[in-house]
Amino acid sequence: MFILTFLRTLGRYLQLMGRTFSRPERWRMFLRSYLQEMAQLGVDSIGIVLLISFFIGAVICIQIKLNIQSAWMPLWVSGYVTREIMLLEFSSSIMCLILAGKVGSNIASELGTMRTSQQIDALEIMGVNSASYLILPKIAGLVTMIPLLVIFSTVSGFIGAYATAYVAHIITPSDLTAGLQHDFTQWFFWMGVIKSLFFAFIISSVSAFFGYTVEGGSVEVGKASTNAVVSSSMLILFSDLFLTQLLS
Amino acid sequence: MIELRSLTKNFEDKKVLRGINSVFEGGKCNLIIGRSGSGKTVLMKCIVGLLTPTTGNVFYDERDFCVMTKRERTLLRREMGMIFQSAALFDSLTVLENVMFPLDMFSDQSYKERTRRAKYCLERVGLLDALSKSPGEISGGMQKRVAIARAIALEPKYLFCDEPNSGLDPKTSLVIDELIYSITQETGTTTIMNTHDMNSVLGIGDHILYLHEGEKEWEGTKDEVLGSTNERLSDFIFASDFLKKVKAAGAKS
Repeated sequence: MFILTFLRTLGRYLQLMGRTFSRPERWRMFLRSYLQEMAQLGVDSIGIVLLISFFIGAVICIQIKLNIQSAWMPLWVSGYVTREIMLLEFSSSIMCLILAGKVGSNIASELGTMRTSQQIDALEIMGVNSASYLILPKIAGLVTMIPLLVIFSTVSGFIGAYATAYVAHIITPSDLTAGLQHDFTQWFFWMGVIKSLFFAFIISSVSAFFGYTVEGGSVEVGKASTNAVVSSSMLILFSDLFLTQLLS
Repeated sequence: MIELRSLTKNFEDKKVLRGINSVFEGGKCNLIIGRSGSGKTVLMKCIVGLLTPTTGNVFYDERDFCVMTKRERTLLRREMGMIFQSAALFDSLTVLENVMFPLDMFSDQSYKERTRRAKYCLERVGLLDALSKSPGEISGGMQKRVAIARAIALEPKYLFCDEPNSGLDPKTSLVIDELIYSITQETGTTTIMNTHDMNSVLGIGDHILYLHEGEKEWEGTKDEVLGSTNERLSDFIFASDFLKKVKAAGAKS
């Protein structure tokens, strides 16, 4: 029964994606929506990304310095570990999990409300491919903005680490700098960016699916929003496992 | 002209529409009436293609909608305008942008021409002073009028109205009815309207289709409806005490 439900849902998701990835009827309208979605899903998320990354960067640095570092380890290890955690996992995967909550619920509730208030029906009656018109700019907008969010997150995490050095004096700035620069592998940065592109697609398309296919009223919109966040978070965790193995 | 031939719609075992045959002519206000749950909305959705009929056909000027390709349906839909019960205006757009939406999407006119057309439509419904307001800032009656302006922006051949008077006061309902009627008369549009509103039935019902439990129970004009001997129709039309008194007074005189 579970497998049947899963396969049915997967089939409906693939059908919806089939409708979504069709040529926009008016490029002018698509570009307008695309820019709006970049602002709504990406630019509006910069604040929360910077804030969370700043504190996580600072906390990682403090934790490593106070709890892990010993006389047997070089002084730059705190900076080194902070950099690797931010680049490899936090700024791509964990940040996307947080965005799944913020952006995913936004997309699902917006489309769900449009469905229940017949706005999607109105688009269909006009002869507009509503899936393509509504969902494609969201996917394109988030996929475009996510690399920037990853970069902002990483930089903000480093600033947080420097705050522990300059403000709290837990580590010396020179040790931190040495750690951040130690044995830098550029591929780790690209790995984070590539992973985030997949996660952005998961967040936007899965949330759009749950919102677009809502049937009923406001209670169902709420449920769809929750399902969107839970499902995209689960998919991010699973795909993180495979992508990390694949890209490492 | 829209023609329904033996239209049925089942939801699993439940038969919601049972072999509906009817012809809705152009330039006339065609009303679908019936009690709640009689199948009016399902019939409307089958006609506009939001639901697929189980059997039967819907002909738009001899073009069978049920056998059309996706592309043909999309093109035909550009000849349709629809006013939803909830108005279904786009929340993120202003009143002017809502009316301009179909023009932006399908018209090759310049921005200036599209704006002029949208403003003309808003003027037609008396809302030229609400251009920059968002749908949330205007009343239910005004939202319906914006929906009418949006529906007529592309000069549709077929206009569908799903209970456009629901939730409105009698005076505003009359304004909406008059608008729909005059637009139908002026442009020769084939208008189909779902309604419970007896003022609409008696005021603008050029052609009335009465549904009972998914079946066509009665068909006629607004002039015939008062004199009809169909019991179910009479029960429905004269459900209110006020109309019963009107009927009794009419019989006495």
